[in-house]
Amino acid sequence: MRADATAQQGAGGGTAPATGAARAVGAPILVVEGVSLAFGGVKALQGVSFDVREHEIRAIIGPNGAGKSSMLNVINGVYHPQEGTITFKGRSRHDMVVHEAAAQGIGRTFQNIALFRGMTVLDNIMTGRNLKIRSTFLEQALWIGRAKREELEHRRKVEEIIDFLEIQHIRKTPVGRLPYGLQKRVELARALAMEPELLLLDEPMAGMNLEEKQDMCRFVLDVNEQFGTTIVLIEHDMGVVMDISDRVVVLDYGRKIADGTPDEVRANQAVIDAYLGVAH
Amino acid sequence: MLYREAGQFRATYAEDQQIFPLRQDRIGVAALLVFAFVVIPLVGDQYWLSAILTPFLIFALAALGLNILTGYAGQLSLGTAAFMAVGAFATYNFVLRVPGIPILVAFVLAGICAALVGIAFGLPSLRIKGFYLAVATLAAQFFVLWAIQRIGWITNYSASGVITAQNYSILGIPIDTPVSKYVLTLSIVTVLALLAKNLARSETGRAFMAVRDMDVAASVIGIPLMRTKLLAFAISSFYCGVAGALYAYTYLGTVEPEAFNLDLSFRILFMIIIGGVGSVLGSFLGAAFIVLLPIVLNYVVPPVSEATGIEISHAIISNLELMIFGGLIIFFLIVEPHGLARLWQIGKEKLRLWPFPH
Repeated sequence: MRADATAQQGAGGGTAPATGAARAVGAPILVVEGVSLAFGGVKALQGVSFDVREHEIRAIIGPNGAGKSSMLNVINGVYHPQEGTITFKGRSRHDMVVHEAAAQGIGRTFQNIALFRGMTVLDNIMTGRNLKIRSTFLEQALWIGRAKREELEHRRKVEEIIDFLEIQHIRKTPVGRLPYGLQKRVELARALAMEPELLLLDEPMAGMNLEEKQDMCRFVLDVNEQFGTTIVLIEHDMGVVMDISDRVVVLDYGRKIADGTPDEVRANQAVIDAYLGVAH
Repeated sequence: MLYREAGQFRATYAEDQQIFPLRQDRIGVAALLVFAFVVIPLVGDQYWLSAILTPFLIFALAALGLNILTGYAGQLSLGTAAFMAVGAFATYNFVLRVPGIPILVAFVLAGICAALVGIAFGLPSLRIKGFYLAVATLAAQFFVLWAIQRIGWITNYSASGVITAQNYSILGIPIDTPVSKYVLTLSIVTVLALLAKNLARSETGRAFMAVRDMDVAASVIGIPLMRTKLLAFAISSFYCGVAGALYAYTYLGTVEPEAFNLDLSFRILFMIIIGGVGSVLGSFLGAAFIVLLPIVLNYVVPPVSEATGIEISHAIISNLELMIFGGLIIFFLIVEPHGLARLWQIGKEKLRLWPFPH
């Protein structure tokens, strides 16, 4: 599958710092160290550490309730861990602030689709550009100068993303009317509109049929390949995870039980026990 | 057939992002504006101009203000009348205490005062939502009226709290006839409505709707929740404040604080529910509906009662009005939560094909 994607890499318009040539996994862009998160007595994460290297696709897997989504929420500041440090692009901090995470280039999709249901596909994706808009509300109300220019500029960028994800035909449709698979794609588009350096995908293929999953895999690989975006993804479909990810973290009951390439993880006894259960 | 976009190709993003992308809409809006600015002042009689059209425009503006806050940004408010009161009494004080201030400047400053009060009472929205926020804005409603009644300076120590709008003129033309007051109101409302439409289709409007639809997702893509909510309160209160100023200066002339009571807040809330939540057009449709319904009933009911032989007194007519309001609000909440504006939109979609079936 990886080879396919490389072959497909064509002359697509890159929005992020496009690597152009074959992507090279670089130095760690995100390092999570000793993160512990508890809600009252429930320990969602306990001393989890791992790193994510630039341009790689990093999967987080684990049984239900293992703390995968909590981990993503810690990375982009929705949850604030009690212990640990998060180092993103060389800056260490105890916890992330949501707004800062977005400004620093962390994009995100949600497990349960979190689109703006009252707005069209185009408007949803345009909101992803909000951090790049400089004009004030007064200029926008008067629709003059910078406000008008920016609106057109960002529309052009958004149209590139719409082309990239092949959703041209629904750009003026309110998202509430779209089928599930397309909504997932629009959510990815909105995250891409931020031109993130690190993209967190929370179960991008959950609830999809085989064909939709293949499409989504292709898009994830293309994003990684063409834009050079680093991707952290949570997924339950082992086939997908083993196929597209470079390295895998396995969580179970809030602890990291394995970390390595798909082949290493597959052979790990602790992982097999976590998934299949173990006789006591 | 009559209303469709066939043959109108939009080849650039600029064309696609026009305020009214359809040619028919542009013609319609232009025709409406010509009618409102030219025909009505020529043919309208005093009763229609000063008792129906001017208050309709003022209520539409207040409804638009509330719609920005509740319809676009999703923050429920019951303090609309209070923000209008701030606008009215602030204008009075600016004209009173700043000699020679142009009235339009006074209106804008009064709007800004209302915006500041709106921001102050919008602060609770950072922590609470929905129902609870509505109750918090209720505090604005009671506090502002109380302050106006108790602080003599605001009403220039008038005994009963009643103020009388001073005479004013624009560019040397005194605004003292029903026609001139109507045209002034219409001009201000037109400009502010166009500005609101621009806001709705640009980044600010999208941020408001994003906060309304899914606030966690909005903050994750970088929309600052606090700033966005407070901006919504500020802009909304500005509109309400200007509406309040017009209420005093082009409609009533003499106002008491009680004119801006909770009843008025609810009336404006009903306007946006019936007209359409989250729609500029809906604010106008809702205001028209609520202003016109009593008049229509007064025209319609007496002939009906004569024809059927059932005696219907005026007291019953005014009760009938309340019953119809109540019934319609329940009807719209259940059947068409997006109000008359949505019905209008459905009508337009039907018109694309009419009279052909396909």
